[in-house]
Amino acid sequence: MSKKPRILIVDDEAAMRESLKDWLMEDGYEVNSAESGEVALKMAADKNWDIVLLDLKMPGMDGIETLEKIKEINPDAEILMMTAYATVDTAVQAMKEGAFDYLVKPFDPDEVEIQIKKIVEHKDLVVQNILLRKKLEEKYHYDEIIGKSDAMQEVFELIDRVAPTDSTVLITGESGTGKELIAQAIHGNSTRCYMPFIAVSCGALPDTLLESELFGYERGAFSGAEHRKRGRFEMADKGTLFLDEIGDISLKTQVDLLRILQQKEFSRLGGEEVIKVDVRILAATNRDLKAAIREKRFREDLFYRLNVISIHVPPLRQRKEDIPLLATAFVQKYCLEMNKEEVKIAPSALKLLMDYDWPGNVRELENIIERALVIGQGQRIEADDLPFSRRDGAPDELPKSLKKMESVHIRRILHETSWNISKAARELDIDRQTLYNKIDKYGITKEEI
Amino acid sequence: MTACVTICPIGTVEDEIVGPISRCIEEKCGLTCRLSQRMESPEYAYDKGRAQYNSKLILRRLINELPKNSIKFMGVTRVDLFVPILKYVFGVAQMQGPCSVISTHRLSPEFYEEAPNQDLFLERVQKTALHELGHCFGLTHCRDRHCIMYSSTRIEDTDLKKMDFCPSCRGLFNWYLDQAREDSQA
Repeated sequence: MSKKPRILIVDDEAAMRESLKDWLMEDGYEVNSAESGEVALKMAADKNWDIVLLDLKMPGMDGIETLEKIKEINPDAEILMMTAYATVDTAVQAMKEGAFDYLVKPFDPDEVEIQIKKIVEHKDLVVQNILLRKKLEEKYHYDEIIGKSDAMQEVFELIDRVAPTDSTVLITGESGTGKELIAQAIHGNSTRCYMPFIAVSCGALPDTLLESELFGYERGAFSGAEHRKRGRFEMADKGTLFLDEIGDISLKTQVDLLRILQQKEFSRLGGEEVIKVDVRILAATNRDLKAAIREKRFREDLFYRLNVISIHVPPLRQRKEDIPLLATAFVQKYCLEMNKEEVKIAPSALKLLMDYDWPGNVRELENIIERALVIGQGQRIEADDLPFSRRDGAPDELPKSLKKMESVHIRRILHETSWNISKAARELDIDRQTLYNKIDKYGITKEEI
Repeated sequence: MTACVTICPIGTVEDEIVGPISRCIEEKCGLTCRLSQRMESPEYAYDKGRAQYNSKLILRRLINELPKNSIKFMGVTRVDLFVPILKYVFGVAQMQGPCSVISTHRLSPEFYEEAPNQDLFLERVQKTALHELGHCFGLTHCRDRHCIMYSSTRIEDTDLKKMDFCPSCRGLFNWYLDQAREDSQA
């Protein structure tokens, strides 16, 4: 313990109480005393005592009852029972109730000292354990990213190595694996960390809009361009630009991007001024860019520009050992947000989480935990609070009606993609307009998602 | 007024014991010591059940007899002392108060069935006196096993420590002493 322990003496005999108090004060402890169990409980409610020296036989509330109640108020307090009538029975009972040890009155002078030293060492050990556990947890956390699996530990090591450089990084992985968190971690641990981190979801914007978003435009560049607007490249100057869903950009934008990466300069749409920027590019995709190159949908030269260093984020199904850690972290996060007391995950529920294949990856896990905390009212997330069954790992029992099935599925995809229409349309393999039509048809609202 | 410690023999205490205590306090603390009148044997403090003497009662008697011109008042007795919660004590003191009492009973090698050794016995007496005086000035126990303020729960602890304060306890002692001197002059 970094400080001297605070000791409370509880004994109905004033001579015992006072002589022990004087003795312990010579050791420099903060000591106070109570003449009964009732007074001790009031003092325990007012202040945290590290050690309570508690007489076993007292009129009114006896030592065992006082022990139980003090432990309820302050579970961390260590109790040393004192008795003039030592019997194995009473000692065993006191220890069963959670006493640290017992002393027979009068004590040998070194006996009480040894016991207090033992408690201090024990408490130090508890603190050390907490610190070690915290350290271990920190090892499994990289900023907001969580993972103890070998695959994620490799990702953390890679982030460590690439963050301080200015290299372009291509982050690949399925939807929902946390690619943007990786990008934020790289930026946050780089020398650019105090400069802007600008993210652009390339797949969410139509080609022309993406161009004006990235490069900005001059007044009158196109109809509706009433004043000059800075693009994301300018905003990210001296910082980091994160281009998400890079596999979805058009061939024209690919050419513009390639030019910027090569020359580190560009012009706003409708402008002639050449703007130089110092931007670190991080890009991410859930697409197979090599296949896209083969199919002539992605430029090979741009791929090699972006893919200086690549980080692949494994899907959750390939790192199931991270599920308990992730689930616990999400429970803690949402309990805090929802102002709930800490909720545990029942073993049966955890088994279901481990058995499921997680097509929506970490994002889906997060959503399911949040949902379970909203639905469940108990102190534990039970298997029933989870929306998939044990038998087939499939979502909730499927509706019989095809229409209903379609509406449930669209809702799920919109939920998983956080209402990203382009992404949802791609996952559903329909065009954006069709998706809009279906959203209208089934009356799906952004709020409910 | 010069800072003075008064030593009070309680019951039968040989002069050969009181003298070395005075010399030790004068040498280690820079305080003048004087000898007070002998107090009666502390039969009032005898506990039949324990066949020992309650040090708290002796301390109370000392407080009542506190000499006016002393900053500290130390009783020395041959009887075996206890405090209610402990089986025995070598001495007790009022923390940052004027009075203390030490017992020579458990300091002689003979008590531990060892050959008589007067030098060792006197050394233990001096160490115990210095330790209790430290408490009277406000010093608590020290972690340094060699410091005089290290807690002596067994005679081995007393034998192991040196007859002096460690540097930090020395600094604190001097500070407390200055405070006591200022208070006594006020």
